[in-house]
Amino acid sequence: MTDRNRRGTAVDQQQADLRHDEVQAGTQTGLDEPDVDVTDARQNSLWSDAWGELKRNPLFWIGSLLALGFVVMALFPSLFARGADPRDCSLANSQGKPSAEHWFGFDQQGCDYLANVVYGARNSLIIGLLAVAVVLVMGILVGAVAGFFGGGVDSLLSRITDIFYALPLVLGALVVLRSGTLGRGVVAVAIALAAFGWMTAMRLVRSQVIAVKSSDYVAAARAMGASNGRILVRHILPNAVAPVLVYTTITIGVLIAAEATLTYLGVGLQRPAISWGLQIDAGQNLLRVSPHLVLFPSLALTLTVMAFVMLGDALRDALDPRQRA
Amino acid sequence: MTRPDLSEPAPAPDPTGTPVLEVDDLHVEFRTRGGVVNAVNGVSYSLAEGETLAILGESGSGKSVSAQAIMGILDSPPARITGGGIFFQGRDLLTMPEDEQRKVRGPGISMIFQDALSSLNPVYSVGFQIGEMFRAHRGTSRKEAKQHAIELMDRVRIPGARARVNDYPHQFSGGMRQRVMIAMAIALDPRVLIADEPTTALDVTVQAQVMDLLKDLQRDTGMGLILITHDLGVVNEVADNVAVMYAGRIVERGTVDDVFNNPAHPYTDGLMSSVPQVEHKGGRLLPIIGQPPNLAAIPPGCPFHPRCARRRLEADALPGRVCDTDVPPLRLVVPGREAACHYSEEVLGA
Repeated sequence: MTDRNRRGTAVDQQQADLRHDEVQAGTQTGLDEPDVDVTDARQNSLWSDAWGELKRNPLFWIGSLLALGFVVMALFPSLFARGADPRDCSLANSQGKPSAEHWFGFDQQGCDYLANVVYGARNSLIIGLLAVAVVLVMGILVGAVAGFFGGGVDSLLSRITDIFYALPLVLGALVVLRSGTLGRGVVAVAIALAAFGWMTAMRLVRSQVIAVKSSDYVAAARAMGASNGRILVRHILPNAVAPVLVYTTITIGVLIAAEATLTYLGVGLQRPAISWGLQIDAGQNLLRVSPHLVLFPSLALTLTVMAFVMLGDALRDALDPRQRA
Repeated sequence: MTRPDLSEPAPAPDPTGTPVLEVDDLHVEFRTRGGVVNAVNGVSYSLAEGETLAILGESGSGKSVSAQAIMGILDSPPARITGGGIFFQGRDLLTMPEDEQRKVRGPGISMIFQDALSSLNPVYSVGFQIGEMFRAHRGTSRKEAKQHAIELMDRVRIPGARARVNDYPHQFSGGMRQRVMIAMAIALDPRVLIADEPTTALDVTVQAQVMDLLKDLQRDTGMGLILITHDLGVVNEVADNVAVMYAGRIVERGTVDDVFNNPAHPYTDGLMSSVPQVEHKGGRLLPIIGQPPNLAAIPPGCPFHPRCARRRLEADALPGRVCDTDVPPLRLVVPGREAACHYSEEVLGA
């Protein structure tokens, strides 16, 4: 802000002078004496105002700090592993309890569990984020088109969505992964999960678009000569995305957990890949004797989901000016 | 830095009196499950530069639907324009390609709505929405658009325009919101402004301010103003000419003074008698008996005949002028006055 002030002072002074002259000459009413910072002559947009709002929200900072932590962990796991190699295992340490030396203890194979959880962040985050990105794009695209154009287009797209709805998420992903056309990698798992997880997002967007479409401000925009594309992007979507944003942030956790289920069924990631899903899956058989094997990856998963839920909530609030104080 | 001069006086009203907007025999119907609703049945009117035409009528008379047809914002389906033409500066909007229509709506013809709060997008600041008019139609930069927005807000007399340009619609009072709406509507200097019950949602004192503002803006720019209302007081104050609508038809048209002082149609006569007037203090108000017609089943003949005290049926009617079978055309009754009643001369003489 201070930067803008300095840059704008000269211009602002000129404008004030000009205005003064105009008021004297009677060509302007002089009703508006500048009493706020108007040196930034750019128009405030939805996103710049939303950013200003986000900056003041502690929820946003906690959420983004957590999320950033996990992203850094996914990119540079060696920084967090305390020098341990997740694949340097010794059966002598099998199911070792957490200690000062090995904070998270050891897994069944005697591998350092802290290193495993840290190295698992990468695959789990990629699956969660990639799948959710596909869900969001599919949901908004199909939902907006169906809701906005209505009629036959809506019927067709809604029925296609219903077909996907009929298949349970895990069963659908299982069939896709079993067919083997996508392989068994991280991307394949993410796409398989997204392919059967986008329908609720589509329904949310569609119903919001239908509600917003009939609002007076859309009619007003149309009356003022706005094109379909402009109406959809400028007027309808900004008023329709809030519920789907919140939904998708929660879905990140569901999808990361679903990856664990696929692994359990033998079609997800396979060892020697490292992921939280694999760890939770392996740990649950030993829950009685070594609860820490489930506890630590679950904790990482929970914190990740919490970070994105916080971000989603903050974003929703920032996008609705009526929520602002 | 050069400032675009928005207060530059517009060209004087067209001396030839060529209409800037002409509606010709417009028909609009709604196809619903319950049958076809004939909302507008052959409405014609024209508007000259600088003219204020009031379209008066009760709810369901088709006054708003005809305006929505002009602006291209009918909900279709179920609404359909089934006949007629809408000519802006001689060109028919209904046969124009859609992208040509968009160049007329906004820059040429613009509209303000009854409820300004719901007509403004809640997620954008008012300055952004006013500026959007320039950005959408003229590709103006954000910076310039904001300058224009401030000037327009000043022009519609929003106090502290500069301070309020980044405020959101919900932070404004009802009267100020309507001013924002007006600022958007006049942004591109339209030749025709349609105001659909612009003051209905406002307090009486604010109503007067908004109407004064509209009149001042019209005088400055020379635009034609179509005022859709059911408020006889507003019509009397600001309009030059008035068209009275009933059951999707214009039943009477003339200058405001003529129509108000000496109605030529029994419906207009009934409207005038139902308004309290200072001169008739203590007298009884005479309501129009009966209900407005069901537009899915408009009575045969004159649509007003079931409610008309002067109706003449088979027994005492003149040939070809039976109220419940013959539809009265809109005809010139006396110079400068049209009415759609078989017996207008009698109504006038009464």
